[in-house]
Amino acid sequence: MATTFATPPPGASPAPLTLNVPEPEFRPGDTPDFSNAVIPRAGTVRRPPVDVDPQEIRDLAFTIIRVLNRKGEAVGEWAEALDPDVLRKGLRDMLTLRAYDARMMKAQRQGKTSFYMQHLGEEAVSCAFQGALARGDMNFPTYRQAGLLISSGYPLMKMMCQVYSNDGDTARGRQLPVFYSSKEHGFFSISGNLATQYIQAVGWAMGSAIRGDTKIAAAWIGEGATAENDFHAALVFASTYKAPVILNVVNNQWAISTFQGIARGGSGTFAARGLGFGIPALRVDGNDYLAVLAVARWAAERARRNLGPTLVEYVTYRAGGHSTSDDPTAYRPKEESNAWPLGDPVLRLKAHLVAIGEWSDERHVQAEAEAHDTVVSAQREAEAIGTLMSGNLPSPRDMFEDVYAEMPPHLKRQRQESGY
Amino acid sequence: MTHMTMIEAIQNAHDVAMAEDDRVVVFGQDVGFFGGVFRCTAGLQKKYGKSRCFDTPISELGIIGAAVGMAAYGMKPCVEIQFADYMYPAYDQIVSEAARLRYRSAGEFTCPMVVRMPTGGGIYGAQTHSQSPEALFTHVTGLKTVVPSTPADARGLLLSAIADPDPVIVLEPKRIYNGPFDGHHDRPVVSWKKHPLGEVDTAGAPIPLGKAAVRREGEALTVLTYGTMVHVALAAAEETGIDAEIVDLRTLLPVDLDQIVRSVEKTGRCIVLHEATLTCGYGAELVSLVQEHCFYSLEAPVVRVAGWDTPYPHAQEWTYFPGPARVGEAMTRLLQR
Ligand SMILES: Cc1ncc(C[n+]2csc(CCOP(=O)(O)OP(=O)(O)O)c2C)c(N)n1
Repeated sequence: MATTFATPPPGASPAPLTLNVPEPEFRPGDTPDFSNAVIPRAGTVRRPPVDVDPQEIRDLAFTIIRVLNRKGEAVGEWAEALDPDVLRKGLRDMLTLRAYDARMMKAQRQGKTSFYMQHLGEEAVSCAFQGALARGDMNFPTYRQAGLLISSGYPLMKMMCQVYSNDGDTARGRQLPVFYSSKEHGFFSISGNLATQYIQAVGWAMGSAIRGDTKIAAAWIGEGATAENDFHAALVFASTYKAPVILNVVNNQWAISTFQGIARGGSGTFAARGLGFGIPALRVDGNDYLAVLAVARWAAERARRNLGPTLVEYVTYRAGGHSTSDDPTAYRPKEESNAWPLGDPVLRLKAHLVAIGEWSDERHVQAEAEAHDTVVSAQREAEAIGTLMSGNLPSPRDMFEDVYAEMPPHLKRQRQESGY
Repeated sequence: MTHMTMIEAIQNAHDVAMAEDDRVVVFGQDVGFFGGVFRCTAGLQKKYGKSRCFDTPISELGIIGAAVGMAAYGMKPCVEIQFADYMYPAYDQIVSEAARLRYRSAGEFTCPMVVRMPTGGGIYGAQTHSQSPEALFTHVTGLKTVVPSTPADARGLLLSAIADPDPVIVLEPKRIYNGPFDGHHDRPVVSWKKHPLGEVDTAGAPIPLGKAAVRREGEALTVLTYGTMVHVALAAAEETGIDAEIVDLRTLLPVDLDQIVRSVEKTGRCIVLHEATLTCGYGAELVSLVQEHCFYSLEAPVVRVAGWDTPYPHAQEWTYFPGPARVGEAMTRLLQR
């Protein structure tokens, strides 16, 4: 018998299909213009109670929570009464991170290490977030969250030893530069494979819940990497088990040369990814230190009160290259970062401190110089130990350690064969 | 004939294949507008349009899974995984789907696709940008696996891979994208454009899969190798003065057993060389084949030189990587046996 198929339904289009491939609005040569971007005024987005029914705040996945207005005032329900010392520390952390980046970028150019990734424009995200965590909590970061370490007081010198892969590197020269690790500072060892940490953060948080502990976890991912399976697995597990975890998505607009619309698809925002899972989802101005801190505290409180996960999208912009191997002018207009409407996180927090009479231009210049000096002296110490190119690296003998808890015979043989 | 880098040769192969057959589509992370982080697909989107060369979300599983579906539809997807280290999320689609489709449907559905990925170390990539996972592919039935060592091979093998009716994995040794590597990291890289092996005929025919090339004829011993290590073996022969025959396998599966046998029967001694970790590596397969097919010609046991059984360490790349010294030492020892 011949195969039969139904005739096409009435109204079915006979026109050929075409493939949709999204494109960014601006390419090199275009003049970037963000005047049509919908950015709510600071202070206009409501602050729900932490035990809100996620169904009631679906709109918060599509707006942007902002606290600092153009005049540097902290306005609206998300503005918290913060000790000026907290804010000054925040500003210093961001200045330190910026100075650290500048020195390490230069060190890479000078051939002292192989590679570096900077945070320019995104400093507020990690520096402010750490303020919501307590000792014992665990971040599962990706590679642009060094601010978590800096704001938790991790020594810059040790960070640099990692970047230089020298004998002072706690990871024994095994990892790519910027792949830090510190259990004590709540910073999980970074993997080069994107997104793998996301579901691990959920697992860690589930562990804490199973043991009746009080610790919470924070997962970190870039908007581009949300396309990976691990991200989706994390949302399923977090939502099913109501894991005490904060699911962070740093949307800095670009994933190497690929604009955020490629990973986002038709969902509108990355925060909206949480909605299908019943996870409360917030979008926040990632260049607003106060807004990031307030939202992080809200999400942390939910986790601590066993109310489950929160998905937070930080809207920000990667002002620098993806890494030292990248030239962003090949795929986006040079002026795009200046045209980016949410401004510079450092200048915005500075303006706020000045506005409340707790800071001045002079103090700022001085603080910048101090940050620079702190970084330079840490660099001197680190370089006294060695750099990737100048030597005093961990012994090649070390290369065979830590593959297993106990070195098996075949590795011992290979170590001997290698001459170490 | 022109001299070009391996990257340019790969661009050319894409161009030739896309011009010839409009079912060939190219996609992957950053491959569209930007032309790939290593530039292997540069210019293709401009020339062939966005529906034939496009950027994908960062989802290796998505890339491979979509390619399987597209191939089943009747297209010829040629996709890029940014670094071989990132194919693990897609491994299930490669192993359980792409490799099996023909078998499980008795030929009703097939999967003519190519998966390209940069492999190997020597660029300070540390553990997640340096792996050589060839054994993970050659162990899988239904896949073919190729590794070029020169620009002309990169072009010719890629053309054959795209034309092949089955899924082909192309492992591109990134250490030799721009020029050959003689195992000496402290020497400047000589561009392929200034190297005799950088010669490419942009109108040349594809290089058939499954055929090895003898890079250096010799009588004293045979080195079976591929990719970056071909150049290390050449350097070792030169530096030791040992008259080694260097066989560049080019295709690891199906492997050119005839050439292997011919060479080992002639020299009577064999070194198997790769930069992937030793244990259960592709070299174990080669040693097995040699002992099975050349046992009565062998004058000494077959020797393996390979990466150590550790992850790839950032600061110790040059201890990890088999260099000409290690290969030369193995050659010398083998001749004494
Ligand atoms: C599994 C995997 N696939 C691909 C890569 C290569 N890669 C490294 S960073 C990157 C872009 C990430 O973009 P995004 O997540 O937006 O973070 P951003 O760099 O913008 O901070 C890619 C594709 C990788 N490291 N791991």
